[in-house]
Amino acid sequence: GLSLGKKGAVLRDPRDSECPVSKARACVLKLPHGAVNTPVFMPVGTQGTLKGVTVAQLEELGCQICLGNTYHLGMRPGPELIEKANGLHGFMNWKRNLLTDSGGFQMVSLVELSEVTEEGVMFRSPYDGREILLTPEQSIAIQNSLGSDIIMQLDDVVSSTVTGPRVEEAMRRSIRWLDRCAAANKNPHRQNLFAIIQGGLNAELRKACLDEMTKRDVPGFAIGGLSGGEEKDDFWKMVTLSTDHLPRGKPRYLMGVGYAVDLVVCVALGCDMFDCVFPTRTARFGSALVPWGSLQLKQKQYAKDFQPIDPECQCATCKRHSRAYLHALFKSDTAAMHHITVHNICYQLTLMRSVRDSIIEQRFPEFVRSFMKRMFPSSEQYPSWAEDALASVNITLD
Amino acid sequence: MKLELSKVVQGCRLGVLIGIGKTGQHSLELPGCLLYTRCATVPHLTQDTLHTLTYLPAGAQVALDGLAEHHEVLEEFKEGVRKFAGLHDTALFCSLHDPATNCPTGHVTNKTVSVWGSGGRIEMTAARFIAMQAVIQPDCYQSMADGETWQTNTSRKRVHKAVNRTLAHLDECLTLHHKTPQLKHTEVFGVVEGGDILEERVRSARETAKRPVAGFVLDGFQSAAMEQELRGQLITAVTAELPVEKPRMLQGVGRPDEVIACVEAGVDLFEGFFPFQVTERGCALCFDYNVTPDPEAAALSPPTVLELNGERPAVEDPKQNDVGNTGTMTQFEINLKDIRYREDFRPLVEGCGCYCCKNHHRAYVHHLLVTSELLAGVLLMLHNTAHYLGFFRALREAISHERLQDFKTTVTKVDFGGRKQLH
Repeated sequence: GLSLGKKGAVLRDPRDSECPVSKARACVLKLPHGAVNTPVFMPVGTQGTLKGVTVAQLEELGCQICLGNTYHLGMRPGPELIEKANGLHGFMNWKRNLLTDSGGFQMVSLVELSEVTEEGVMFRSPYDGREILLTPEQSIAIQNSLGSDIIMQLDDVVSSTVTGPRVEEAMRRSIRWLDRCAAANKNPHRQNLFAIIQGGLNAELRKACLDEMTKRDVPGFAIGGLSGGEEKDDFWKMVTLSTDHLPRGKPRYLMGVGYAVDLVVCVALGCDMFDCVFPTRTARFGSALVPWGSLQLKQKQYAKDFQPIDPECQCATCKRHSRAYLHALFKSDTAAMHHITVHNICYQLTLMRSVRDSIIEQRFPEFVRSFMKRMFPSSEQYPSWAEDALASVNITLD
Repeated sequence: MKLELSKVVQGCRLGVLIGIGKTGQHSLELPGCLLYTRCATVPHLTQDTLHTLTYLPAGAQVALDGLAEHHEVLEEFKEGVRKFAGLHDTALFCSLHDPATNCPTGHVTNKTVSVWGSGGRIEMTAARFIAMQAVIQPDCYQSMADGETWQTNTSRKRVHKAVNRTLAHLDECLTLHHKTPQLKHTEVFGVVEGGDILEERVRSARETAKRPVAGFVLDGFQSAAMEQELRGQLITAVTAELPVEKPRMLQGVGRPDEVIACVEAGVDLFEGFFPFQVTERGCALCFDYNVTPDPEAAALSPPTVLELNGERPAVEDPKQNDVGNTGTMTQFEINLKDIRYREDFRPLVEGCGCYCCKNHHRAYVHHLLVTSELLAGVLLMLHNTAHYLGFFRALREAISHERLQDFKTTVTKVDFGGRKQLH
């Protein structure tokens, strides 16, 4: 698998490809629990479960890697119990790959923020009100207990809308915390520690972070601090700046990105891995993702619509059920949510597979054009940030 | 539809109900239970998770409570609810009410009954009732009935009226049924009412038996409504009046001990809602139903005395599905939310072949319940359904091998004086 010190773990497999026009790549990551084809979308199974979908269903859908959440699992049921259960793989009985984040993001976004110091992040537990300090060492210790194939450094997270000296402070601290995380990792050969590039929306700070972090010999890099409410025009520029300065031979993980348009554009900008709660979360509200947008199945217009969500989709839901039935079922039973969740995961994975195939077959730009055409009723409605981003990597949309 | 009885042992009828369905392709082993559904879906389960279960019964149940509000859609769809729902090829029985939901009472009139959908009350006359069946296209349905006699202190007069109304509804339904082409291959079951009054029960049974129905539904005996002893006596009296060659279905009873007692009283078919109720209270069925000479060789581990004695009653958490009444925990289940299961890495039931037991352990299900994760419902529904269906299979075997006393002792932990000794 990817291991610390192995320079250039990707783009060495004969199946790997690069798009000659844009910065897109298609690679194979060799991880302890199997190969992962990129570009890849990783569904998020926060608490050791993917919201009503069984691991058998997830496997059937072709998922090769999914996420678990260090903060939540660290709280319940806790690392000691999971270790007794043979790690998170054993606990939830998922035989393929797992990626865990560090817990840093949740601590900032979910809980009453007490204080960030050089030591770590101090926060108040929502369960018993205790004050808990999460240090880089502790985050890695929990992730070591979880046994995930890819683990994330604890970073000092600031919202992308924050400006001023705090941004630089967080960026510099994240570098120091990366080194502490690397030192604390008990299993460097089977748990691949990724660095997380910070620096907010400031090009200079981001570049400084890139310069420093790429000096460290980590198996992969995440692009962090984005996808948090900033302007899309700023967002894509930071993404492309990051990929410009990340080593070609290591995977690039863009955190928190999952909308279809964002995925396609960021693949063009050179990203390989993505995660987002959106597809699975929106499913539970009755929103089914399709190549031309989304269907809000709880709406009355679908009550007598006897087609499947997407007649071309191969998922179990589309092969068996109609929009009308799902609309009706939402009034009666949770299974309606599960049907849509299965479909949305299939949509995301199929999209990534199509992207990957088009890169391998050297027709990625054409793929992007037809994707955008399908997604938007007319070219006037193409988001300008997407047009700009694609143009920056030589893909023009007609 | 034809009932082929192979054996009657201590009042228990063993047989097969054959020739169900449009082409007569379905058969149901009796005594048996119907697969419980909400709007034609087994709760929490997609079709692929459902089909991880190996012995699915050949019959499933839908209720007008869940379907009445979709009348228009089904009418436009034209091909019946089974196809609308993408349900597998199973015989479909349509009842009036959802056995796992408590409906408000007091809305029954001489000409109408009411069912309760997600948007509120829907009133129906016999004509509307039959029109609904015509768009649902079940293989069998219970006739429209007035069953609101289970409240305490229902007057004799009210019970008498319920019996009369139900008979009148039956006659009207049968007339309309035969004028409805979509129901050409559909059977009708008559409903026996009578509350807790013996004379009314007998009268209802006799009168209903005179009508050209394919079978009988016994209503008003719901678990919540009546003690088992009285229920047993009344059912015995009722079934004595019913033709031997027609099936008898009992509504609202699902507890294993009550099931056995009612089979002894002459019941053939049950609603399969009990596993769902157990699931909704975060519990797992684990009672032993294996009758072998050596308890050590039994595939199933019975709950320990500690588990039986130490369990708290079910937590009354509101769940995803509005069930209204999940009931209190029984001796047949364990409460997986209990802290004792936090580090228990055994399957829910040792030797159980269901997807949950083959792939997961108690600690994981406990975690899912504590964190209110949706997967808990999926896994518990799979296990509880598998276990319950296993119980019915074992019941049939026990009747077949004339080991009923041992079976009762094993399931209820009360000594019925069979070969097996309780330790």
